[in-house]
Amino acid sequence: MLGFSLRSLWNRRFVAGLTVLAISLSVALILGVERLRDGARDSFANSASGIDLIVAPRGNSVQILMATVFGVGGTGTGMTWESFEWLAGRPEVAWAVPIQMGDNHRGYPVIGTDASYFEHFRHSGGQSLSLAAGTFYTGDGADAAVIGAEVAARFGYAPGTVIVNAHGSGEVSFDLHDDAPFTISGVLAPTGTAVDRMVFVTLEGFDSLHAQEDAPLADPLDPAAMPADGHGEDDAHDDHIAHDDHDAHDDHEEHEDHEDHGDPEGTEAGHGHEPDRINAVYVGLIDRTSVLGLQRAVNERPSDALSAVLPAVALAELWGITGTAERAMRLMAWAVTFAGMIGMVVMLSASLETRRREFAILRSVGATPTRIFALIVTEAAILSAVGLFLGLVLLTLATFVTDPILSARFGLRLGLNAFGARELATLSIIFCAGLLASLIPAVRVYRMTLADGLSVRL
Amino acid sequence: MHPLRIERLVYRWPGAERNTLEIGALSLASGESLFLFGPSGCGKSTLLSAIAGVVEVPKGAIRVADQDVGAVHGGARDRFRVDHIGMIFQVFNLIPWLSAIENVLLPCTYSRHRRVRAGDNPEGTARRLLSELGLADPSLASKPANELSVGQQQRVAAARALIGKPDLILADEPTSALDEAAKAAFVDLLARECAEAGTALLFVSHDRSLEQHFDRNVDFLALNGGAA
Repeated sequence: MLGFSLRSLWNRRFVAGLTVLAISLSVALILGVERLRDGARDSFANSASGIDLIVAPRGNSVQILMATVFGVGGTGTGMTWESFEWLAGRPEVAWAVPIQMGDNHRGYPVIGTDASYFEHFRHSGGQSLSLAAGTFYTGDGADAAVIGAEVAARFGYAPGTVIVNAHGSGEVSFDLHDDAPFTISGVLAPTGTAVDRMVFVTLEGFDSLHAQEDAPLADPLDPAAMPADGHGEDDAHDDHIAHDDHDAHDDHEEHEDHEDHGDPEGTEAGHGHEPDRINAVYVGLIDRTSVLGLQRAVNERPSDALSAVLPAVALAELWGITGTAERAMRLMAWAVTFAGMIGMVVMLSASLETRRREFAILRSVGATPTRIFALIVTEAAILSAVGLFLGLVLLTLATFVTDPILSARFGLRLGLNAFGARELATLSIIFCAGLLASLIPAVRVYRMTLADGLSVRL
Repeated sequence: MHPLRIERLVYRWPGAERNTLEIGALSLASGESLFLFGPSGCGKSTLLSAIAGVVEVPKGAIRVADQDVGAVHGGARDRFRVDHIGMIFQVFNLIPWLSAIENVLLPCTYSRHRRVRAGDNPEGTARRLLSELGLADPSLASKPANELSVGQQQRVAAARALIGKPDLILADEPTSALDEAAKAAFVDLLARECAEAGTALLFVSHDRSLEQHFDRNVDFLALNGGAA
């Protein structure tokens, strides 16, 4: 039966091939849309995992999340270093990582942060960052840079390479900071998240990029405003270590007081390397249940207009925004599948007239109308099954080809092994729809063979 | 056992004004060949359809291999047909995209009875039948049916009707597409093969030049009271 149907289809291989192609394209589209959606969600969720709270200048939570975690867009005007110290000193906070943004390296976002970033950042279900080559910022001072796997692969960077960054986030920029080069100290192992596309520099280094611009506006005679110029880098580094120790012993109240008297310029002058303003803070909590209390405290902080964003909530908000587009795409994919099914029904139905003689011959050698009915359904099953299989092959090929592009442009990883239970269910639905659709020509052929008997004349 | 016995058969197409078939009696013995002649459109094909159980016939009127065709229904009738009857049509007897040998073997795929009777090696039997019918060339046997000449196709159809030794072969003007020389050779071969296999042959045609090849000749118009 199966062999007979196969032979029959092979006899009409051109039309059958087109039908299979239509089905396979629709299958690839349906699964592709789902995988793209899942890939985007996983990638986003993975990038934000391990962060309990993101604190940034007041703004839209989705915008803050996109800017800080994915390096897309920017946050509002910077938050003060005092706010960071206040946050880091809160009793419920386990760790706090300062983040500076706004520069790019050949289109890839440059993040200013300290070594604690590499210690606390988690991705893909709790994995910490590891190095593929070199070291994190150790001993290299302010001009150290750690780069994501993709940045390294794209430009062929390795530890020791000297790079120059540009201001702003565009891919093409003429405002190069070529007077403040960085030396790459380490290359991160691939994570499949936005980190792969980032360039990390020290807070001191990030500030030094802007020192030349800021200095004339502040105080041209203040030597502290130009840390990269006259001072030895080792000195600055030692200062930083010393300050960290000092922070650890500081208590919360002191910071509040300090902040009340706050004079940011003065603070910067006092510590030398502390950034004037930062763009965001990643916060990890000792106990996650305290997250709402801390969020409220941040939002109510009078001196600095801040937002505390829960990554999971912001992601949910983001999916709420993209949901409509997702639904539209999914609807389109199913519509294409429906068209593919109609194509199959058309193909099977159109052939019935020319095959009447064939069915009469089969009946004359003992095939019952039921058997001929089954023949049509079997043909549809073969077309659908081959279509499904080819669709998967097509999708795998497409994934293989587009994965580097998607991950380079959007930090998305589709993953080649993402064949799950839901996809199986989708394929089953399509297969059953194919069988169901084939009942239309099959019923027709059943009636036709009954009426024609053995004596169809051409 | 009679391969075919017809008694008091009356048949009218649904909606027709008068009876198409009114046949008092007609029977065939095993291995006997009967030539039934008459003009086109007089009901010969309807008679073959009635014997093959394609149209509904009254009970008791037609017996094939001693079994009442009118008493068998639905799919059972299709199976009954292939078990006991081989059929040859005017033209387009074959599934065009199957090879000659596969076409010959079709009854064996749908009927256990025919498969068993085709011997231990049905394919060998099919090849033997083809070569006896003048298609000995193995390359012909594996060719798709639509690449064969009309004469070759009719011989393949004959081999298919013969395989598994059915009780009765119904041939409906199988020579109408053949030239004179091929016609005589085909009928001669078919009659001889039937006789050897012990299969009764009911051969229907308007062409009386074929009479000499058969055991018995019957004028359909004389046999059938209905169409006159």
